[in-house]
Amino acid sequence: MIQQTQSDGREPCAPVRRSTQGAAARLLLIPLLAALLFSQGCGDKSPDGTAGGAVASTAEGGLSADELENGIGPAKTAPELGPLNAELAASGQQIFDMKCLSCHRMGERFIGPDLNQILTRRTPRYVMNMILNPTEMVQRHPEAKKLLAEYLAPMAQQNLTQDEARAVLEYIRSPHEAAQAKAN
Amino acid sequence: MGLGAAGLLLQSCGQSQPDGGMMGSGDAASRVYVAPGTHDEMYLFCSGGFSGNVTVYGIPSGRHLKDIAVFSQYPEKGWGYAEETLPMFNTSHGFVPWDDSHHPEFSQTAGVPDGKWLFINGNNTPRIARINLATFETDEIIEIPNSSGNHGSPFTTMNSEYVVASTRFSVPIPQEDVAIKSYKEKFKGTLTYVKVDPENGDMDIAFQILVPGLNYDLSHSGKGPSHGWSFFTCYNSEQANSLLEVNASRNDKDYIAAVNWKLAEQYVAQGKAREMAVSYMDNHMDEHTRAGVSEERTSVKVLDPADCPEMIYYLPTPKSPHGVDVDPTGEYIAAGGKLAAVIPVHSFSKMLKAIEDRAFDGDVNGIPVLRYDAVLAGEVKDPGLGPLHTEFDDKGFAYTSSFISSEIVKWKVSTQTVVDRIPTYYSIGHLCVPGGDSMKPWGKYVVALNKITKDRYLPTGPELSQSAQLIDITGDKMKLLLDFPTIGEPHYAQAIPASILAPRSVRFFKIEDNASPFVTRSEKDARVERKGNEVHVYMTSARSHFAPDNIEGIRVGDTVLFHVTNLEQDWDVPHGFAVMGARNAELLIMPGETRTLRWEPTQAGVIPFYCTDFCSALHQEMQGYARVSPVGSTTELSWSLGD
Repeated sequence: MIQQTQSDGREPCAPVRRSTQGAAARLLLIPLLAALLFSQGCGDKSPDGTAGGAVASTAEGGLSADELENGIGPAKTAPELGPLNAELAASGQQIFDMKCLSCHRMGERFIGPDLNQILTRRTPRYVMNMILNPTEMVQRHPEAKKLLAEYLAPMAQQNLTQDEARAVLEYIRSPHEAAQAKAN
Repeated sequence: MGLGAAGLLLQSCGQSQPDGGMMGSGDAASRVYVAPGTHDEMYLFCSGGFSGNVTVYGIPSGRHLKDIAVFSQYPEKGWGYAEETLPMFNTSHGFVPWDDSHHPEFSQTAGVPDGKWLFINGNNTPRIARINLATFETDEIIEIPNSSGNHGSPFTTMNSEYVVASTRFSVPIPQEDVAIKSYKEKFKGTLTYVKVDPENGDMDIAFQILVPGLNYDLSHSGKGPSHGWSFFTCYNSEQANSLLEVNASRNDKDYIAAVNWKLAEQYVAQGKAREMAVSYMDNHMDEHTRAGVSEERTSVKVLDPADCPEMIYYLPTPKSPHGVDVDPTGEYIAAGGKLAAVIPVHSFSKMLKAIEDRAFDGDVNGIPVLRYDAVLAGEVKDPGLGPLHTEFDDKGFAYTSSFISSEIVKWKVSTQTVVDRIPTYYSIGHLCVPGGDSMKPWGKYVVALNKITKDRYLPTGPELSQSAQLIDITGDKMKLLLDFPTIGEPHYAQAIPASILAPRSVRFFKIEDNASPFVTRSEKDARVERKGNEVHVYMTSARSHFAPDNIEGIRVGDTVLFHVTNLEQDWDVPHGFAVMGARNAELLIMPGETRTLRWEPTQAGVIPFYCTDFCSALHQEMQGYARVSPVGSTTELSWSLGD
C-alpha cells in the first residue's frame, strides 16, 4: 500500500481544497478542521476517532518565536532587501499579475488583503513563507488563521518557486519603498 | 438464479472447488480493504465498451477512480463539446461522437508495460486512441483506413514499435458498390501496422497488409524469441456473408495468421508496397496549446502477400478462434476456440521449423497453411466450454476464460494440463492478470470481466451494470475476493502497479506554458472583442469569480466564444463553466488550461453563467451575467468585474 499524503479538507462548514506538502499535511488536518470549525462558527466539536493533536490552546499554537515572527515554510533566511531592484520588481509584477492578481489588488482590499504596505506589518520572510507555504500557514499560524476567519478565502497555493516568490516580494515592496522615500 | 445454476451445471466435473472458490469472507475482506486515506496497490484500466471510453479502478478495492473520455462525447468534462476538443472526433465520415472501445493496451519497453501510454481501439469507425498516463487524458486518435470492425487492435509489439489493427469485417478494398454476395471475389481484410514514436507516442500508419477476406478477430505480437512476429486469429474461413452464426461455424478449423513484420518492414524499405490513395484523419492534442489538431492523410502503403514471400502463414486452429495470446517466454501461442473442445497451444519454435521444412497443408489465396501437427505444442484438454482469452502469471501458469461454462481455467503452460478452475458470475469474456500479456507479469490477481450480471447486484431495472470479479492467484487454488460493477461493457482491462504511474501524475498545467491562442494570463487582460457576428470573451477563473463577470452588448444571432483560462496553479482545482441555454455542455477547465465554449444565444434577456465544479466556500458566488440584446440593437459592448 502507498500511504496517502493528501487529505481532502472539505467539510460542510469548511469547503477548502488543499494540496499537500508531504506527510506533514496528514498531521495538520485536525488542527485545520478544528481551526476552521472554530472560525466558521460551526460549533466546537472536533472530529472523533482520529489520531491528531487538539488545537493548541495557546495563541502561539505551539510555534517558536521565530515561526511566529517569520512564518512557517521554506524561507529559512531573511531575503536581502537592498535598494529597490527595478528589474526584479518588474519580473515580480509579471508573476503577480498572472498568479496573484485574481485575489490581491495593490492598494485595495479584494478577495484577499491589500498588500500595499505589507512590510509595515510582516517580515520579508513571513511574506515569502505565506506565498510558498500558504496551506500550512493558514492551518497553523495564528496571524494567517485570523485572516482566514476574516476573509474566508484561504490563501491559494500557486506553486511559485523560491525565486519567483522573491521577485513577487520585490514587486509588492515597491509602494512601501516609494512611501519610505517620500517620508525621507 | 437460473443462469447461475446452469453455469454451475455446465462446468466440467473434476477439480472445481467445493466452496465455489470463495475465500473465507474475513480473509477476503482484509485482502481488498483499502483503509480510508490509503491508496490502492494497482490501477485497473477497463475498456468502457459501448460507452466508448475508459474507466479506471483501484485494485484490490474495486473503487472507481476516474472515467477517461476517449471516443465518446463526455459532457461532464466538456470532451467533444469544448471547441479545443472537437477536432479529436474528426474522421473521413465527418464528426463521429461515439465508438465502441474494447482493448486497452499499455505501451511496453522490453516487453514490460512502461506506464507511458494506454492505447485503445475504436471498433465501429476504425480508430486507435492514445491516452497519456501522466494526465489520464486522450492525446491522439488516428483513423484506420481500408478497415472495418477494428477489433483486433491495438495490441502492441514488445517495445511498442507498432500497435496493430485488423479488419474483423472484410469489405471491398477499396470500397465499392458491389453485391454483398460477391464476398468471396471482392472482399478483403487488412492488417495494419501503426508506428509509435518512442519519444512522444505520436502514431502514424507505417503499412497495411492486404489479406484474404476472412474475419480477423484478435491479435497479439510475439516477444523474446518471437519478437518480430504478430499473430491474428481469423474465423469465417467459410467466407459466409449471411447468418454467420451457422454458416461461419461449419469448418473444423479456422486460422491464426502469423505475420513476420520485421520482414514486412524490409519489403516496405525495398519499395514493394504500393501507395494507395485513401482519406483518413490523424487527430492529436497539441501539448502546448492543449487544443486538438486534425490532419487528413491521403495515402497509405499496402503490401500484397503475393509480392512478399515468407511474410505471412496460416496456422490451422480449431474452431472459430477468438483470442490469441503469447506467453511471457514468447514460445507458446494459445488460441481460444469459441466452439472448440480444447485450447490449442502452438509452439513458435515448431512453427519456424515447419516453415523451414515446408510442412504445408495447402494454401489460402497463395498464403501457405502450415500443418496443424507440425506447429502444435499441445492441446489443453477439458478447458471448459467456449474458451476465449488467456492471460499469464509469473509462475508458468495460464488462465483462460471460458464463456459458456462461465469459469476461469488455470493450466500449466509447459505441459498444457489443467490444475485448477473457478466459477465466474456470469459468462466471462476477457480476463486480466496485471502484466498478463507481457514478459514479466506481476501476477497476484486475475480479474474476471463478466458479460452478464443477473442476480449478483441489487436489481436496477432491465439493465444491470457489468460485473468484474477480483480473484487471488497467489496460491494453488484461485480464490474469489470481490465483485465490483463496471461501466459499459468492459471487454478487456489491463492493470499496472500504482508505483509506476502515480509518481508521474501531472497535478496542474503551468500557466506560463499555456500556448493557447486564446489564453488570458492575467485578470488585467480579461476582455471582450467583437469580430463581426463573433464575440470573443477572454475570461479568467480563480476561486471564486470569473473576470469579467458582467458582459453587455451581445446580440441575438451572435456566436459567443467564451475562452476561459483557469488561473489556479494547484492540484485538483478545476473550474467549471456553464451558460443557460447553451446547446452543448459545460467546460471543465484544468488548472492552467484554456477551454472554449461556443454559445449562440437565441433570446434577448440577461443570461446567467456559473462555475459548476465546487471550488471554495464561495463557490455559489462564482457566477456572472451576459446581457443579450435583440438583433440590430446598439447596446455598447462592455465588460466589467466588481463594478
